[in-house]
Amino acid sequence: MYAQMIKSESSNDDPQALAEFQARIDRGERIEPKEWMPEGYRKTLIRQIGQHAHSEIVGQLPEGNWITRAPTLERKQILLAKVQDEAGHGLYLYSACETLGVTRDELFEKLHSGAMKYSSIFNYPTLTWADMGAIGWLVDGAAIMNQVPLQRTSYGPYARAMVRICKEESFHQRQGYSIMMKMAQGTPAQKEMAQDALNRFWYPSLMMFGPSDAESVHSTQNMAWKIKINTNDELRQRFVNETVPQAEYLGLTVPDEHLRWNDDKQGYDFSEPDWDEFFEVLKGNGPCNEERLGARRKAWDDGQWFREGLSAYADKQATRRTAAE
Amino acid sequence: MALDGRDPVKIDDALRPAMFDWLCRLGDNALILGHRTSEWCGHGPALEEDIALANTALDLIGHCQMWLGLAAEVEGQGRTADQLAYLRDAMAFRNVKLVELPNGDIGQTIMREFLFDAFHFELLTELSTSPNTRVAEIAAKALKEVAYQLDRASDLVVRLGDGTEESHARMQAALDHLWPYTGEMFTADAVDTAMTEAGIAPDLSDLQTRWTATVKDILDEATLTLPERRFDVHTGGKQGRHTEHLGYLLAEMQFLQRAYPGAEW
Ligand SMILES: [Fe+2]
Ligand SMILES: [Fe+2]
Repeated sequence: MYAQMIKSESSNDDPQALAEFQARIDRGERIEPKEWMPEGYRKTLIRQIGQHAHSEIVGQLPEGNWITRAPTLERKQILLAKVQDEAGHGLYLYSACETLGVTRDELFEKLHSGAMKYSSIFNYPTLTWADMGAIGWLVDGAAIMNQVPLQRTSYGPYARAMVRICKEESFHQRQGYSIMMKMAQGTPAQKEMAQDALNRFWYPSLMMFGPSDAESVHSTQNMAWKIKINTNDELRQRFVNETVPQAEYLGLTVPDEHLRWNDDKQGYDFSEPDWDEFFEVLKGNGPCNEERLGARRKAWDDGQWFREGLSAYADKQATRRTAAE
Repeated sequence: MALDGRDPVKIDDALRPAMFDWLCRLGDNALILGHRTSEWCGHGPALEEDIALANTALDLIGHCQMWLGLAAEVEGQGRTADQLAYLRDAMAFRNVKLVELPNGDIGQTIMREFLFDAFHFELLTELSTSPNTRVAEIAAKALKEVAYQLDRASDLVVRLGDGTEESHARMQAALDHLWPYTGEMFTADAVDTAMTEAGIAPDLSDLQTRWTATVKDILDEATLTLPERRFDVHTGGKQGRHTEHLGYLLAEMQFLQRAYPGAEW
């Protein structure tokens, strides 16, 4: 899940308007940009969609790290296309956010200043080629788990963005799994890399869903607004149930000695990730926080003259057109 | 029949070594420029530009697969496009020096793309009607994409050249820096001449005339000044004498194939 721990904003709107708004959502109606919405709903959505958009963009970096080292021409093309898709996802989501009255530049500003977050997962390093497999399989897999229900979210532009994005994410997951498969069935060195990638990415992937929020007020409000559809624990459980058999099929071991099938709940019992580590990563103390944010800031700063050049040319052209009229 | 079910390449055996070399030039230009362009992925100056650069890189790597695939077939030693890309050392690479230079800023990247695309476009236009059908097929496929790339790069050169003072200065600096590498694209050697004489490839001096016209037009519109310096100072890439930069590029690109020989990915 690319949006973690989204706090809901309170609304100071007229109680009757709020009740009518809630009734629309309860009837399953979609909220569209021009329609009235509570201030809290709007702000919470900006936070969530914005964080999701930032995650797509920052998420280009760990995989981008291997594009120039991809082992075959075909793998290079697949990876390049995948990372490009993520940029496209960012674009759809920033556009969805713009319908709520905030510009892409404002959102970038908040990302660069640290005022807005991106998913904790992208602060982990990609150390071997197997990480391209593990990320596609686990990270895109976890994103799908979260985003499939969000296709039914109450805000129209967000829901529609999710539909397009989910299709591509399932491709990504299959491609990632195919890399894992090649490696797991490959030479002993390749299999070791695959197992190591699973060992490193397993718990950070579980963290993607965020800490348990069953009791959280934010979660309750966001679920009532259908900005959030399932609790973090529900999604994490689904993810584990689906992923463990896939790991077994690869012949790899999930790094959790407490992992067991539980017949009563028809799901696996599993160990929680280290939530202290999670909060440290959110605070900026993950292995790659500085590199990731630094790379985004550098791209933005280095690109300033480029963006200014283009807009100066557009202004000149507009002036020339007016002069010619 | 070739492996993919297409007709085998019909050429004189005497022409094979030259044609192999010549196809490697086409494939290596695409591979190395594609590689450089892909370095931008995730680091572009705007999201739209990031996506467009990735597109260009994808197109070029696609072209490289086709050209090197055909090169391997012409060579007839059982090598594949991947083996040519990942297991040759720098001296066996046949790309022009222009494409292996480091990216520099985004202006330099775009200026390089423009200077190369303008050549690439003319070359592929000619090759798409080559009597050698296998060559013509690949060229026709690649031409559609390269026509788009040339449009995009020309447009950006104009807008940035005629943008702010800073963007103008950067584009002029990029042009000045790259200019002495452009002549290599038009410097014919025995390989080029053999391919032209065999009727497969066009005469490079014809391409140069059209390239010069396009470049002058666009640079004019971009308010940039054509350097007075010779344009063929840095040659030799096509014969395997490269800049220092190519070795590092290959070390990175070929790392996995070299570190784990024979592994499948
Ligand atoms: Fe994505
Ligand atoms: Fe993805």
